Amino acid sequence: MGKTRAFDEIMGNPGSTTPRPELASLGQWIEDTPAAELLRRQHSAEATFRQLGITFAVYGESDASERIIPFDIVPRIFLADEWSRLSEGLVQRVEAINAFLDDIYGARRILDAGVLPPDLIFGNAQFRPEIAGMRPPHGIWAHICGIDLVRTGPDDFFVLEDNARTPSGVSYMLENREAMLRLCPELFREFRVAAVDSYPDRLLETMKSVAPNGVSNPVCVVLTPGHYNSAYYEHSFLADSMGIELVEAADLVVDDDIVWMRTIAGRVKVDVIYRRIDDDYLDPLVFRPDSMLGVPGLIAAYAAGNVALLNAPGNGIADDKAIYSYMPEIVKFYTGAEAKLPNVETWRCREPQALKYVLDNLEDVVVKLVDGSGGYGMLVGPTASKQEIEDFRAALIAEPQRYIAQPTLALSTVPTLADSGLAPRHVDFRPFVLTGSKGIQVVPGGLTRVALKEGSLVVNSSQGGGTKDSFVLMDGGNVQRQSMGGMSQSQGGGN
Amino acid sequence: MLMLSRTASSLYWLGRYIERADFIARLVEATVRLDVLSPRPAGEAAWQSALRVTETDDAFDAAGGALTQQRVAHFLTLDTSHAGSIVRCLDMARNNARAVRTALTREAWTAINRAWLIFDKRSAAGGAVATLNLVEMVQTEARGFEGAIHKMLRNQTTQFIRLGQAVERADNTARLLDVKYHLLLPEGEQVGGVVDRDQWTTILQTVSAVTAYRWLYSEGLRPANVIDLLIARQELPRSLAASVEETVDILSLLAKRTGLHGEADRMARMRHTRLAKTRTGEVIVNGLHQYLQAFLTENDLLHAAIGRQFKFT
Repeated sequence: MGKTRAFDEIMGNPGSTTPRPELASLGQWIEDTPAAELLRRQHSAEATFRQLGITFAVYGESDASERIIPFDIVPRIFLADEWSRLSEGLVQRVEAINAFLDDIYGARRILDAGVLPPDLIFGNAQFRPEIAGMRPPHGIWAHICGIDLVRTGPDDFFVLEDNARTPSGVSYMLENREAMLRLCPELFREFRVAAVDSYPDRLLETMKSVAPNGVSNPVCVVLTPGHYNSAYYEHSFLADSMGIELVEAADLVVDDDIVWMRTIAGRVKVDVIYRRIDDDYLDPLVFRPDSMLGVPGLIAAYAAGNVALLNAPGNGIADDKAIYSYMPEIVKFYTGAEAKLPNVETWRCREPQALKYVLDNLEDVVVKLVDGSGGYGMLVGPTASKQEIEDFRAALIAEPQRYIAQPTLALSTVPTLADSGLAPRHVDFRPFVLTGSKGIQVVPGGLTRVALKEGSLVVNSSQGGGTKDSFVLMDGGNVQRQSMGGMSQSQGGGN
Repeated sequence: MLMLSRTASSLYWLGRYIERADFIARLVEATVRLDVLSPRPAGEAAWQSALRVTETDDAFDAAGGALTQQRVAHFLTLDTSHAGSIVRCLDMARNNARAVRTALTREAWTAINRAWLIFDKRSAAGGAVATLNLVEMVQTEARGFEGAIHKMLRNQTTQFIRLGQAVERADNTARLLDVKYHLLLPEGEQVGGVVDRDQWTTILQTVSAVTAYRWLYSEGLRPANVIDLLIARQELPRSLAASVEETVDILSLLAKRTGLHGEADRMARMRHTRLAKTRTGEVIVNGLHQYLQAFLTENDLLHAAIGRQFKFT
């Protein structure tokens, strides 16, 4: 494999030529399996994804309505103790996000305490005044969170971004694992990998736990914008694995603040909705009036306490990039403790001193739009052209409040199959955290995204990124498991 | 759990489109054989009748061009400019399947998606052999879908798909018989007259009944028997009798499961009773064309009644 220049999840410190001791057997597996065989398995996985229709659409590309995300066969691995430390940090962070949302749409103690400048909230497009004063059933707002993490060293994990609206990607976590079990079963004999396939059950349990009070056997549904949406596969996959209906707006009707779905035998009352439609399009009576995807009256039914929405409307204020830079203070304010998972150092360009620093160091930093996503509207200084840098300089001077900047991090790498064989490629990681009325749980796994281009730090699927399976090892990492024993009966075999 | 109206409608249409794609594939296969592989090439007339069966003759004329195997085979398989091609049927089937992804098993979805992928980036049907390969692939995936359906839960989901298939199958068989018979026996000729073996074999091939015919009728290829087989024999899955009976059965299974019962059931049962009393000889004497036209109209009315009964949107 090519020489590693950053911390490598498998090989360890930069420049190391031997795997980390706990992962020696993975190194052996890589050595024992010819690159051609790895490639064959990788193609087999991708053929399956295409057959299953696990595709996504890239906006703005006419011919790309049916692309699959490239899959890389070499897994990324978390040791048991690494994972338990991460989990604690994730639970703390999500607890704070929920407390913050409950407060900011309610009593606003955090503003009274002077922790945040009020205009950061009230001048923010992600703050929804329409929602203020409403409280979701059981006071839970961010039921499903995807916290994007990056790593730069053995103990150096940072939160890059919080996703508290409708984080996607969980279907890749599950399908990638399916593919690995089928194509590389030997790895699961070598390592004790925590299972991720309970995710749909846990999600359904979470949905049921936040049903409006007094509903004993809640009807739960997944609400999708429809099958032209880029994440439709995931919507259908989740509804399917939970065994609940996948509805579109046209299937729902609100009458007297009750949400109903239209069935072949008439209306059925709906109690809990996992909606995968953005706030803007959710209810034309409250948000964008031109929305064709929304359900008129849905927010009124929610305000009346007759339906639970996952995630709650208004959550954008918690994962906005401008708010992000205050997360350490927010965590401390609500949990009373220092954040266990640090942020990446962030310069808020709205602050004159920070802006000056960023303008002086544009070649070295990453600049992001506060409300951008998907890797668009982003400057990666070290790899940008002179022209791009000058364009961003002009934009920053014109509207500094729209931008934040961060140092260019040496993101960790994982060996990845490239044209020239295995080579280190940069990765990030999105674990999924569920919050129901009975507590917070972190699913032992997640989505590892990998930048397939050499040296690239942009992992977004819309920008040529791929995915990997993410193993979380259980205690006693690579102990041989017991064999399952053979089938007991076969035709004509007698005894 | 009660099914969404939209889901029921999509499943039903999924059934119809898959059945139609499979039927067109068979029709193209049989016509290629008739045209190229039989000792006496049938030429333009064979392709003209294939277009008439699928009611795409006007669209073909509008597009302009000669009635050759290459052109018509392309038109019926790959042409996306009209709704009667296999690729468009599979497109519609897949769109409906996508909209109800949750209701289908992985195997059923995969079969549809694989059938659809056959046409991805394919630009020509090619010569006779290539065309036969192409439609054979479609039939293989359609069989795969059929197999997957039979392994799904026996609930409304499969019943709505099968209902769509049964209604479509009745339509397709009636059309096939109507056009071919019309073409084969011009005004004034007798049913018992000289038989063009290849032409009648084509009909049987299109409904996969060449061997079945030999089992059921010992006296060689006779038009009256072929008509009897396609209209009245319950044993043949693609006969009108079998499709009509299956429609009644599925509707009553749906009624049992959903408690929904009505106009569609009554229409289907009436049609079934009437068909059971039908004598093929009388149908021929009184005019097969009129009989089949009336059947097609009735089938459309039943389709509309099903939509009302289950609140399709």
